[in-house]
Amino acid sequence: MSARSTTPALRTQARYLAWRSVVRTMRQPIVIVPPLVFPLFLLAINASGLGAATNIPDFPTSSYLAFALAFPFMQGSIFATNTAGTNVAQDIGSGFFNRLALTPMSGPSLLVGQLTGVLLIGMLQAVAFLGAGLAAGASLQSGVLGAVVLFALSLSIAAAFGAIGLFAGLRTGSAEAVQGLFPLMFILLFLSSAALPRDLIASDWFQTVATINPVSYLIEGLRSLIITGWDAEALALGFGVAFAIFAIGLWASTLALRQRMVRT
Amino acid sequence: MESSNGIEVEGLVREFKNGPRAVDGIDLRVRPGEIYGFLGPNGAGKSTTVHMLTTLLPPTAGRASVAGYDIVREGAAVRDVIGVALQDAALDLLLTGREHMKLQGGLHGLSPGEIKQRGDELLARVGLAEAADRRVGGYSGGMKRRLDLALALVHSPRILFLDEPTTGLDVQSRAALWDEVSGLARREGVTVFLTTQYLEEADSLADRVGIIHRGSIVAEGTPAALKAQIGRPTLEAVPAEADQVERLEGILSRFGDPLPVSNGSVAIRLSDGTEELADVVRGLDGEGIKVADLQLHAPSLDDVFLAKTGRSLEGAGDEQVAEEDTGEEHLQRHQPISGASAPSPEDPAEAARS
Repeated sequence: MSARSTTPALRTQARYLAWRSVVRTMRQPIVIVPPLVFPLFLLAINASGLGAATNIPDFPTSSYLAFALAFPFMQGSIFATNTAGTNVAQDIGSGFFNRLALTPMSGPSLLVGQLTGVLLIGMLQAVAFLGAGLAAGASLQSGVLGAVVLFALSLSIAAAFGAIGLFAGLRTGSAEAVQGLFPLMFILLFLSSAALPRDLIASDWFQTVATINPVSYLIEGLRSLIITGWDAEALALGFGVAFAIFAIGLWASTLALRQRMVRT
Repeated sequence: MESSNGIEVEGLVREFKNGPRAVDGIDLRVRPGEIYGFLGPNGAGKSTTVHMLTTLLPPTAGRASVAGYDIVREGAAVRDVIGVALQDAALDLLLTGREHMKLQGGLHGLSPGEIKQRGDELLARVGLAEAADRRVGGYSGGMKRRLDLALALVHSPRILFLDEPTTGLDVQSRAALWDEVSGLARREGVTVFLTTQYLEEADSLADRVGIIHRGSIVAEGTPAALKAQIGRPTLEAVPAEADQVERLEGILSRFGDPLPVSNGSVAIRLSDGTEELADVVRGLDGEGIKVADLQLHAPSLDDVFLAKTGRSLEGAGDEQVAEEDTGEEHLQRHQPISGASAPSPEDPAEAARS
């Protein structure tokens, strides 16, 4: 019996790992349903309860629903942290990670593969949130092309937070530790410009925190496509911050993976 | 070091932080096509050795080559030629058996056609053809072990590492796995490095056995040679009439050294081995002594373990695990705490299938 093993190309490895990630995701309703339902639930509450905010002078739109529609996109992306991190931590805990490490699999292909399932959920979320928003009466000021860019930004944000989750999962090897990040992410979300435009936040400290909070720029990028149209600065900041978080998350994940996968 | 399908290890050491040496300078050589049984209790250093030889754990000192490739400098080449089934089959419970074959084959660079052909062949070979499209979460322990073995073989490895492959299996599943492993070595020339805590497994399956205790190899050789080192078999007899015990002792003492026994029986260690058995029977017959029971006990590997370590393999693991903090959480998996006890019972239907 002769060995037939050869090292496949990075894209081939990534394809197989991505396929596994998608299959796993589709077979776990608990991973798909909450990230779809909870953000819509919160959107409904916010849109019905905070509608009076549009009466504030200089509020950028007359529809609070349209203003708040960026919120579920962000909230859904936070679920990506949980999903990506939990999956990899479970693989470490079950020993499946060792099985993968014993193949010619490369580290980058593992990271790309693990993020694919997250992006699948992110895509489903983007379609569901935009569909629900439009059905409820919101309109997209940037038009059809804006929807494409909205999806692209949304997926970029999901990938960015997914990379943070991967780092947490690889570093700790504990699904519980990854889930511990969830409240922290929500604090970041609520300390951003999610509920009000930054220049309308009355409290100085809140305005300062929202200004240095990168989540504000992600939300404002998403929101600009819905309520403004084409705002180059908001989009550049949105994509730029998403890319920066993704790059930091991927770099940290690569280091954590190198420590975790100590194979010679 | 030789560039064949063998394994060569020289002075291999693994130390963990704040712990003793889990592996303390072992030397061993496994010949191509050989089944090498690595026998020892829990915590002895078996799994740490396997993790080092399979490139999952860098050694602290020493060197080793697998199929001629250095485990430290040529890790990727080692992984290409080995198949590994680690302790506790690590499977994705959400995937089916066939999907596991696809993933494993794909990551090893097999083409889709090869994955299908090889996957179907191996699933049938381990008796999982009918269950191939069921999710692994519904498999029994024996089925998971067999799938694990099939996955280790998907890329036709030259050397197979099996870390306690039958722990927790019922007798029938264990026998089926032994047949498969034995066939791989005999028919296909695959070298097998097998760790076990079961004496019977090492005795019946391995061409040679290495006994590891507290990180060191304390004995090595064929099972027969190891047992022969310990020496002569013992003979135990129970007289048909209780008042004949002293006469029986007198006759048997001509053939060997008396051993302490109870329950009205008499035992000796035979001076010249089993060849004397016929003389013993003739002697008893000549003196008119009838025996209710006559048993010949060959030395076992447990006797070897006892002679080399001063304790029985049975239960030695419990003491060792309790005494040592080997820091093996670094390996991400833990060995079971139980000693060399009988396997846990399993699904009878699964047992019947295998």
